[in-house]
Amino acid sequence: MLTSILDVLIAGLLLGGLYALIAMGLSLQYGVARVFNISHGEFIMLGGMATLTLFTVFKINPLIAIVICGPITFVLGYIIHRTFFRHLLTSLPIFGEITILCTLFLWTVFRILADYNYVRLNQFAALAICLVIAIILDFALNRTAFRRIHESRVAAGVFESTSMLFSFGLMFIIKNIAFIGWGPSIRSYSFLQQPVSIAGALFGMNRLVTLGFSILIGLAFYFFLTRTRIGKAIRAAASDPTVAQLMGVNINQVLALCFGLGAAMAGIAGVLISMCYPVNANMGIEYTIIAIIVVALGGLGSIPGSFIGGFALGIIGSIVSFFEPGLALVAYYFIFGLLLLIRPKGILGK
Amino acid sequence: MNKISFNYSKLLLPGILLAILVVLATLPLYGSNYSIVLLTSIIMYVILTVSWALFSGSTGYISLATAAFFGVGIYTSAILGRTFTASILANEYFVVFIVIIGGLISACLAFIVGAITLRLRGIYFAIFTFGLVELIKNLLLWYEVKFTGTRGRFVVVIGNETIYYVILGILLLLLLVTYFIRRSRYGLALESIGEHEEAAAHIGINVTMVKVIIFAISAVFVGMTGSIMAMRWTYIDPYISFDPNLTFLPVLMAIFGGTRQMYGPIIGAVVFAYLEEILLTRFPYYYMLIFGIVLAATILYLPNGLVGVVQKIIARLAGGKHAHSRG
Repeated sequence: MLTSILDVLIAGLLLGGLYALIAMGLSLQYGVARVFNISHGEFIMLGGMATLTLFTVFKINPLIAIVICGPITFVLGYIIHRTFFRHLLTSLPIFGEITILCTLFLWTVFRILADYNYVRLNQFAALAICLVIAIILDFALNRTAFRRIHESRVAAGVFESTSMLFSFGLMFIIKNIAFIGWGPSIRSYSFLQQPVSIAGALFGMNRLVTLGFSILIGLAFYFFLTRTRIGKAIRAAASDPTVAQLMGVNINQVLALCFGLGAAMAGIAGVLISMCYPVNANMGIEYTIIAIIVVALGGLGSIPGSFIGGFALGIIGSIVSFFEPGLALVAYYFIFGLLLLIRPKGILGK
Repeated sequence: MNKISFNYSKLLLPGILLAILVVLATLPLYGSNYSIVLLTSIIMYVILTVSWALFSGSTGYISLATAAFFGVGIYTSAILGRTFTASILANEYFVVFIVIIGGLISACLAFIVGAITLRLRGIYFAIFTFGLVELIKNLLLWYEVKFTGTRGRFVVVIGNETIYYVILGILLLLLLVTYFIRRSRYGLALESIGEHEEAAAHIGINVTMVKVIIFAISAVFVGMTGSIMAMRWTYIDPYISFDPNLTFLPVLMAIFGGTRQMYGPIIGAVVFAYLEEILLTRFPYYYMLIFGIVLAATILYLPNGLVGVVQKIIARLAGGKHAHSRG
């Protein structure tokens, strides 16, 4: 009896580590950048699927994949915030966003035409042509139509809803590109699966590595926030963006940085998830929901809160799964509903 | 001498609407079977979109629970259809009865969800409704596998024409209700909540009650549509019934059309539902990709949707004649 309780608790901690990492990323994106990022799970999926490809095709160790996927998702998130979300925030079109959207659109049209055998072109040549057309269009529009638009900061409430809706679009785009690239099948690989005994209970080495990395990244991030200059700027931007800007914080830079860091955490979480669980292109939304619940549990925008919330939810999930495996998500949800009734601001919310 | 002038342009829009309705109502007399099926699914999207916009368009609270209400309607239809014998089901009034029950159960769910979340800030509402679909799906899946042993259910089959008329009836009812709500005290209350909720509360609007009631009303129509569409699909399981795309697509369609005017969501839904019919079977992934790009571009460049652009062009063509009118 005692060993099985310990069993469940440790399993919960292992799960909770992942949840905490996922939720910290979202918490950063919402708490500082004010983007309620529904596409958060898609970055997790990207991390997971990329690791799988790196491992099975290029034989790259998943632990090294962390160093690859983390920066790539960071850059992706940074660019997305620097173009699209900044446009939504300042209502000023930014060079680059039309390039991205138009390239995607033209490329899709090209793929459809190619499927009908109307066009015969090399993939990369087509992509290059799309990119060139898009850049020209972007340049032309920025020189003409967009010059008349003036910068005006939108209200926080408006940005909250437009950015959330935009992240929907982002979710569709990322998910479907992944579908086209990887297909819908569920895949997994085995890595570091030798069992380790903790107090009589057996766990896979990979899951312990996951927990270790989650805690490591959480702590590193905590010290980054509290000990460095940029961390101070991030905290200032979180508490009041306008005043932070007046104090000399480059607000656009900081917000984009936060969004990028959140995406990087999601990407790394994806790498860690792929070590333990099967991955597919459709897995994003499930993790988005978990991240959202954890963030709400810990308090919207509170990073220590989401760390604690992650472990709490992990342990709850592990206990529920012990009795009734199909009901873990239902239990999370039930707790979420209860929380909204009793303490809507979450465990550590202000 | 005073000339009594009558503004005929006021009659233009209702006239067009009436003409479209007459064409739609008489369609089964001369249209092909395929056109009925196609229109049924287009009307389904129009209903989902308009009822989404009824609540979320004016208040700014983004509901992501459309698929949940739709699925509840589907399951009501599946369960009720099983409990009664086939001879009763031959009666078309009974179909309407099932549809109404489906709508009411959806409204009850919406009422509970609204009562829990609508007194909080908007983001909580979005979060809670976002996961609601997955919650009900998981709960049902667990129940079905554990207690009934099978994942799916069969629904009673009825003719395509009956389905078409019922769904057209739901659409009409929805349009009427939407029109009158927008004209009524509640519509104004919703608008003011959307503009500034605190101010609305201060002028004496019972903010939470208005929100919960309108949210429940909008769910009625979604649930009804679910109930009738279940009879069209004949086989259902939790994955089909609680498809998250049925949440996302109405949001996209409404935003694409523009939520400020009542006909914005209708236009958006018709355009996209037709596009879906053409593209879905051949290019399921590309079509969602196109949707994503269009959604992103709409939010960035057309904040008032397609209708907003058209109105801007008309205003420019009219040359400042309507310079004082809004939007």
